[in-house]
Amino acid sequence: MANVTDWLLDDSPASRMQARLGRTYRIVLALAKNPLAVVGAIIVALLIVTALAAPLIATADPIAQNLSQRLLPPSADHWMGTDELGRDIWSRVVFGSRITLTIVLLVAVIAAPVGLVVGAVAGYFGGWTDRILMGITDIFLSMPKLILALAFVAALGPGIQNAIIAIAIAAWPSYARIARAETLTFRNSEFIAAVQLQGASATRVIGRHILPLCTSSMIIRVTLDMAGIILTAAGLGFIGLGAQPPLPEWGAMISRGRTFIVDQWWVATMPGFAIILVSLGFCFLGDGLRDVLDPKQGEKQ
Amino acid sequence: MTAISLKNLDISYGHTQITHGVTLDIAAGASFALVGESGSGKSTVLKAIAGLAPQWKGDIAVNGKPRSHGIDRGFSKMCQMVFQDPYGSLHPRKTIDTTLSEPLDIHGIGNQGKRVEETMAAVGLDRRFRFRFPHQLSGGQRQRVAIARALMLEPRILLLDEPTSALDVSVQAEILNLLKRLRREQGLTYLMVTHNLPVVSFLCDRLAVMRGGRIVEVADVAQLKAGTLVDPYSRELLAANKGHALESA
Repeated sequence: MANVTDWLLDDSPASRMQARLGRTYRIVLALAKNPLAVVGAIIVALLIVTALAAPLIATADPIAQNLSQRLLPPSADHWMGTDELGRDIWSRVVFGSRITLTIVLLVAVIAAPVGLVVGAVAGYFGGWTDRILMGITDIFLSMPKLILALAFVAALGPGIQNAIIAIAIAAWPSYARIARAETLTFRNSEFIAAVQLQGASATRVIGRHILPLCTSSMIIRVTLDMAGIILTAAGLGFIGLGAQPPLPEWGAMISRGRTFIVDQWWVATMPGFAIILVSLGFCFLGDGLRDVLDPKQGEKQ
Repeated sequence: MTAISLKNLDISYGHTQITHGVTLDIAAGASFALVGESGSGKSTVLKAIAGLAPQWKGDIAVNGKPRSHGIDRGFSKMCQMVFQDPYGSLHPRKTIDTTLSEPLDIHGIGNQGKRVEETMAAVGLDRRFRFRFPHQLSGGQRQRVAIARALMLEPRILLLDEPTSALDVSVQAEILNLLKRLRREQGLTYLMVTHNLPVVSFLCDRLAVMRGGRIVEVADVAQLKAGTLVDPYSRELLAANKGHALESA
């Protein structure tokens, strides 16, 4: 173990692989020293484990109805009670984590790269390219995210896939803005001039030299935005434009529980807790990542 | 043969014209210095030759071939540049190895590992620095990496933009010795921009004095050493530099 640590922290790595692993290890070490980040990482890890092992963790079928057991309060049999169709809320929350995780990951995978590339291209070329790309970005930015997502889902039709597409369309402009700002700070720096002088094409400069510098702030931003994405997805689910019944989507579950909020509080509250917990987890993790990955702090290390 | 030839070069940034009719001939194998105070346009001339200041009128020829306004690959194999600030000229997220292999990668040159090691040895960098990141190196070591990067494509001409001004005095001497040795060993042509006249007498054999975007005098370094520069402004610069040297001594 000591050998592995020494190898990872070696001042003079012997290969690219060792240098890269050493850097990752240092980031993980710094992250582990940040208590909030650890809490966030644990929550996010729990979410992932729950989603992967949902059939093992859930105590019942999330869509099996049992009308003789409707609206039971939390008990040893039903840890979070049952809803108006007698379905076990705990199992529905557990299976709901799959939907939430899918939405969050797919939105991040679609929106972040698009925003990154648009922003970096606009920042690198400047001039008319910049004006046109940022004009389009501003049009999207000028509308509130939820309203924009709503409009797109309304146009595309309700459902998880369309919700994901709609949220991704609403999310990329802010990433483009960040990537552009970041690109502008070093587009005239000497290390970029040096690769240009070596004859590198614009694609190469952007892809291999500019984008790697934007990614850390992008990772931070996306992690912090995850909470917003979850809330937007839940919001779409709440008004019936997201996941369709009987899928156990947290927002839709709250929406159904709204009717019984006074007498059977657990129906709406339990999925609400799940949303809050996961959102908080992503926020904590994002904050911790910012402390560790912030380029300016990274320089000092 | 002339390595770099400039004729009536007018360089502008936007609507501001920086240089006025700069005409220079630098022989192959020479070490030529452009001196002058800040804002005299000396760095701009270097950037125009390198292709980083594309807005110019006049003629630039490198190794007898007229230079286009942008950056082209053929040119990058002939002529490379070393920047002033070793802290800003290396990509902060790339290991020394990646930085040095990048030019080989761009030009599709193989056998990268061996070439990187050879060039590192040539600039006096120990092998153990190869997979470090720039922030794990000192200023002098970084500048050696920057020089190594410029040499990777084996250019005949090096443009040096105040290569030592951001370094400590003792490190400056090391880098200057390195540049002198590299030129001797590889028969390079240097065009260096500096405001430090002692550096000129150490490393160069000819110099041009610039003021307000014009060349006021071209002289041999012997004249600089003997203090027999002709133009009044050059003499003023020489006197100011001496005063400065005394002050800092």
